[in-house]
Amino acid sequence: MLRRGEAVSTLTVVARLRDAGIFVALAATVLLFSVQATNFATVDNWQDIATDVAMVVTVAVGETMVVLTRNIDLSVGSVVGLTAYISSNTLAHHHGVPIPAIALLAVAVGAACGVGNGLLVTVGRIPAIIATLATLSIYRGVLFEVTHGENVLASQLPQGFLDLAAKTPAGLPSLAWMALGVAIVGAVLLRWAPWARDLYVIGSNPDAARLAGVRVGTRVMTAFAVSGALAGLGGFMFAARFASVDAVAGRGFEFDVVTAVVIGGVNVFGGSGSVLGATLGALLVATINNGFTLLRISEFWKIFFEGTAIVVAVTVDALFKQRLQQALRRRRRAEMIAAHRSATT
Amino acid sequence: MSAASAPLVELRELSKSYGGVHALADVSFAIERASVHALVGENGAGKSTLVKILTGVVHPDAGEVLVEGAAQRIADPQAAHRLGIVAMYQEPTVFPDLTVAENVFAGRHPRTRVGAVDWRRMRSSVARLLDELGVDFGPDTPVRGLGVADRQLLEIAKALSTDARLLIMDEPTAALSPHEVERLFATVRQLRGRGVAIVFISHRLNEVTAIADSVTVLRDGRHVATQPATQLTEAEIVRLMVGRSLDALFPKEEAEIGEVVLRAEGLTRRGVFSDVSFELRRGEIVGLAGFVGAGRSEVARAIFGIDRLDAGRVWIRGRRFRPRSPRAALRRGLAYLPEDRLQQGLVQTMPIATNLSMAVLPELTPGGVLRPRREQALARRFMEELRIKATSPAQPVRSLSGGNQQKVVLSKWLAAEPSILVLDEPTHGVDVGTKADVHRTISRLAAAGLSILLVSSELLEVLGMSDRVLVMREGRLVAELPRAEASEERIVQAAAGVEGAAA
Repeated sequence: MLRRGEAVSTLTVVARLRDAGIFVALAATVLLFSVQATNFATVDNWQDIATDVAMVVTVAVGETMVVLTRNIDLSVGSVVGLTAYISSNTLAHHHGVPIPAIALLAVAVGAACGVGNGLLVTVGRIPAIIATLATLSIYRGVLFEVTHGENVLASQLPQGFLDLAAKTPAGLPSLAWMALGVAIVGAVLLRWAPWARDLYVIGSNPDAARLAGVRVGTRVMTAFAVSGALAGLGGFMFAARFASVDAVAGRGFEFDVVTAVVIGGVNVFGGSGSVLGATLGALLVATINNGFTLLRISEFWKIFFEGTAIVVAVTVDALFKQRLQQALRRRRRAEMIAAHRSATT
Repeated sequence: MSAASAPLVELRELSKSYGGVHALADVSFAIERASVHALVGENGAGKSTLVKILTGVVHPDAGEVLVEGAAQRIADPQAAHRLGIVAMYQEPTVFPDLTVAENVFAGRHPRTRVGAVDWRRMRSSVARLLDELGVDFGPDTPVRGLGVADRQLLEIAKALSTDARLLIMDEPTAALSPHEVERLFATVRQLRGRGVAIVFISHRLNEVTAIADSVTVLRDGRHVATQPATQLTEAEIVRLMVGRSLDALFPKEEAEIGEVVLRAEGLTRRGVFSDVSFELRRGEIVGLAGFVGAGRSEVARAIFGIDRLDAGRVWIRGRRFRPRSPRAALRRGLAYLPEDRLQQGLVQTMPIATNLSMAVLPELTPGGVLRPRREQALARRFMEELRIKATSPAQPVRSLSGGNQQKVVLSKWLAAEPSILVLDEPTHGVDVGTKADVHRTISRLAAAGLSILLVSSELLEVLGMSDRVLVMREGRLVAELPRAEASEERIVQAAAGVEGAAA
């Protein structure tokens, strides 16, 4: 009579179906572009996509953590720009600095920005969407101030750094390897790290989380710090990829990241979502971006299409959730009636 | 006093006020090990405040809490946890996105040696716990799929998993069927056998006398009595609580029963209920009884147009009515008070007056402009009629006690002057005094010509209030009993499908 095991399959099946849905959309997009755009299905182009998607995935892993707690980090675009500039500017003036140290610097600056967001949200009690909208401007403003309107040019950078993004160990661009590492670590943490499980707990019911003794403030703070740090890493990758960095670097990048996360099935009301989903979402966004550019379709249609994809994804999620709840409840009721019957006869 | 002879928890002269209002004044009593200590009192008597002090959510203005003879400052819920004091809250505080197992261990996941979440240990210990409780869902069940009763059981499992020494159960039975209550009581006794002290808060006094070893009565924030349960009858407890006797509880007024107002025929919603037919007359109160899950609320929701009907027809005053939306129902004079009305029926942050006027705004806004004075007058009228305890119509609903919030929702619908009122568990989680007020109001409304369909799990309420009782079982209408023939036994027999029931 006990139906253990069956229920677990329901939940994971639904989650997998959701991921499978994006996967199908992704496959369809790839197929479409392969047929339509002659230069789409080439090794060079796919490495291009992989490098583009690497940045989105890296930042989206942090964004996922924030969104899981029922918050959002809109400042990542500016953090990417700021850390990209700091990375390349430091290298431009100090050729001898080892590249990993530059990456660490970018991560540290990003984490500091993230802590700033976290403080506004947890201590300042400002809703995350407003707080990070403000810091989106503030961090961009800081960037304008430090650049004094100047660019860092590729010619100023050491050759070792310029080569980084071009390397393709085992056929995959080095930046994609980094993103893959970040995604795997992120996925492992979200499954097995107690503090990361708390993010789901908080997003699912913040008040109950507090009553259960979860340190909500600390955890939300951590999520923002991680999001900032990974945006910092994203900035480092941006510098490595584009070499030339100016004050508008990474502008609008937050849109790609949030789109990837939402299309990837991370619930904007917190409590559910996965790194795998966000990664697939990022792949879809990057593929669409790439394909539309290759096909020389106007920017209007590109963003129109992305916006539509968000609406579709969120609608599908809401319907899924509703259907799931109804199906589960119906089954429970049937079970109870059956149990009642066997108890009374 | 040595720690061994001291009571597990002792409260000494606890006082707490909120903005000049005494929530607790000078309350002292002791809770012994291995005992069930019932805490009773009307809403606003100070029970919630007492629980909040014990669990470290609020701090007393004066007085102290002693645990095993030693004074303790309970700074926050974690401090209470460390002392072994755990509370199960009235509204289940579950995490719908997570599984049962993770709900139980939320915030304190068991860890492996390397510090990772130990999923296997978590599942197996929750499975064991659920077996002990005798529930039929497993550790991997998604909580989203559990109903209120199951979520309540989950809360109990959560509390049990913490090795509590003092377990506070705030209205644990409110959403449970009689069968589930029995199962819960068995668990409570089992816990008591292990030496755990249980503070049991319930408005169902028959449960209090059935399970409690001692009873503490609070009234208006003051300690009235602490006595062994064997020395108290239900009637005496009520008297201590309100100074009124049980007879005042069901003040059914005689109402003139008129023509058929609502007729339902063959109502069916696949998998939920089927072929439900009944009539409701002017001035009549019809009780809809049955166990939790029998489909009573679902019928009510379908008539009101919240859930879709698969088959069946409804007439209101002889004219066909197609339940499509709550708006359409309201236009035809049909109002429905949902079960979790505090969630669905109130805007917590807004004043009483604003909440009250929501359903009748057009009448208060001649020419499109709100007349605050009319709104205030409306609010004052209902505050008086239903005895809503509040300082002014401008007071936010959030600051009212649960029972008073209940009355505000009821007033809101009454302000729309409906002719048919569907009440879904109108006194669920309400204290004795408020209950009587609500019952008096219902009865008066019927006498004034309203037709009332009363969905209730409380047999005494159904019996006391109804002119006719309909009983549902497993989605079907299985009995119809006129007031004279209705009795507790007959309703339970019909609801459970036991022999001898009128079919």
